[in-house]
Amino acid sequence: MVEKFDAIVIGAGPSGNAATYTLAKQGLKVLQLERGEYPGAKNVQGGIMYAHELEKIIPDFREDCPTERHIIEQRVWLLGDDSYVGTNYRSESFNSDKPNRYTIIRANIDKWWGEQIRKVGGLQICETTVTELIRDPSGKVIGVRTDREGGEILADVVIMADGVNALLAKRANLQTEAAPENVALAVKEILFIDPELIQQRFGIKEDEGVVIEIMGKVTKGMVGTAFLYTNKESLTIGIGCLISDFKNGDCPPYRMLEDLKNHPVIKPLIEGAEMKEYAAHMIPEGGYKAVPQLYGDGWMVVGDAAHFNNAAHREGSNLAMASGRMAAETVLELKAAGKGFTASNLAAYKKKLDDSFIMKDLKKYRELPGIMHGNKQFFGTYPDEITAAAHNWFTVDSVDKKSKEKQIMKSFIKRRSVMGLVGDAIKLVRAVR
Amino acid sequence: MSIVVKVEEKLYQNRYIVDESRPHIQIKSEEACKSCDRQACTVCCPAACYSRNETGGVTLVTDGCLECGTCRVVCQDKGNIAWDYPRGGYGISYKFG
Repeated sequence: MVEKFDAIVIGAGPSGNAATYTLAKQGLKVLQLERGEYPGAKNVQGGIMYAHELEKIIPDFREDCPTERHIIEQRVWLLGDDSYVGTNYRSESFNSDKPNRYTIIRANIDKWWGEQIRKVGGLQICETTVTELIRDPSGKVIGVRTDREGGEILADVVIMADGVNALLAKRANLQTEAAPENVALAVKEILFIDPELIQQRFGIKEDEGVVIEIMGKVTKGMVGTAFLYTNKESLTIGIGCLISDFKNGDCPPYRMLEDLKNHPVIKPLIEGAEMKEYAAHMIPEGGYKAVPQLYGDGWMVVGDAAHFNNAAHREGSNLAMASGRMAAETVLELKAAGKGFTASNLAAYKKKLDDSFIMKDLKKYRELPGIMHGNKQFFGTYPDEITAAAHNWFTVDSVDKKSKEKQIMKSFIKRRSVMGLVGDAIKLVRAVR
Repeated sequence: MSIVVKVEEKLYQNRYIVDESRPHIQIKSEEACKSCDRQACTVCCPAACYSRNETGGVTLVTDGCLECGTCRVVCQDKGNIAWDYPRGGYGISYKFG
């Protein structure tokens, strides 16, 4: 006999975990399928975890959740060839009882989620790849087929939390392949190092963390960003660019990462650390316009598989957790009302998303991906010019300050023209409005 | 480029559970690769699974695959890559992620 569940969740990442936990906690018979050896085995995140969305699902998560350091300082650096211009924000008040942001090691968090799901009676099965959705003659999704023997499992509703590749939705013609300009490829390494050295180099105490978000010459003119995060006993360093740019370029991602590690302002921070893992992952970057159909008869899609990522603010895992929770709440509400999981009833999920920060933020930045993609000067010319201007300004010689100002302006105009500068300013405003 | 980057040394740090002789990604047509002028997969793959071979085609070795999906995205115009996940439990197994 084929086993039947109230709900099947595909994938044990942030969105799938949030959905599974929320459903199981309310007593639903829920099955979560994960293709990895253990939860987290296939997941990659920078990673920063935002507390607020997790708190909504597990209010006392801080009691045993294996976070790394809470973040007390945010740096944003624009790298030149051998320099950076940057801003820092650091506050003692980030040292509260309930910090808002933590650095994390993804696999540790996913294993912890697995325990939480078991505690509330959810069933999580690993080492099982879902190969396709099962649909009835009307097209309604009624279960999944897995690569295990006799691996057909039925459910009233299926939540696809299978990540950025979203193979299942694509195979079922519920999504099309992502355009290369709508996805980034990021590569990263975890570097182990004495925690004392982390604390010295970043000017922090035990448990305190610093994150550095990086733009500039290191992406070689491609649309992309880099990062350096402090964990307890390790540093995470990574870089990512749009796949359309990698495709048209000649620099492999691992070389870009190696150049970042050897950049004169980065190297001293990671010196002496030992690399223990190299990871790669795609990131949905297309924003609002790239969001696919989110629900249908018997199914919903959440997290990266739904293209929920706020590239401008580097938020993804919170959108994932929130969308997983909202999908689960939709299921709970429909079930309580005795309604079926038809497309028209599951439209309630979309309504929840529209009313939340997820769609509001994606909508606010809907022009950003297109503008960045079409205006590479923000990633090449400007980092160059801004770092050169800073160098000029902070070099004390006998040139008077007014002449320095003129030199700097002249240099900008030479590279971008007056109209170009004005146009770029307008574009930036349009991108973030 | 002054720095020689050996991606194999990076991949060596990773844990893989290899599904012997069952590659989860396959090139559909060798000829299609030969007529592909950019062969962008050979640049974009973060694990350098794709390399140009002496016949002008592309050789794929999936052992170091990080299952990111980039090759499938870059080759979508040609549609010459059959991309699937490894069987459950196989493939890259991130210790940290």
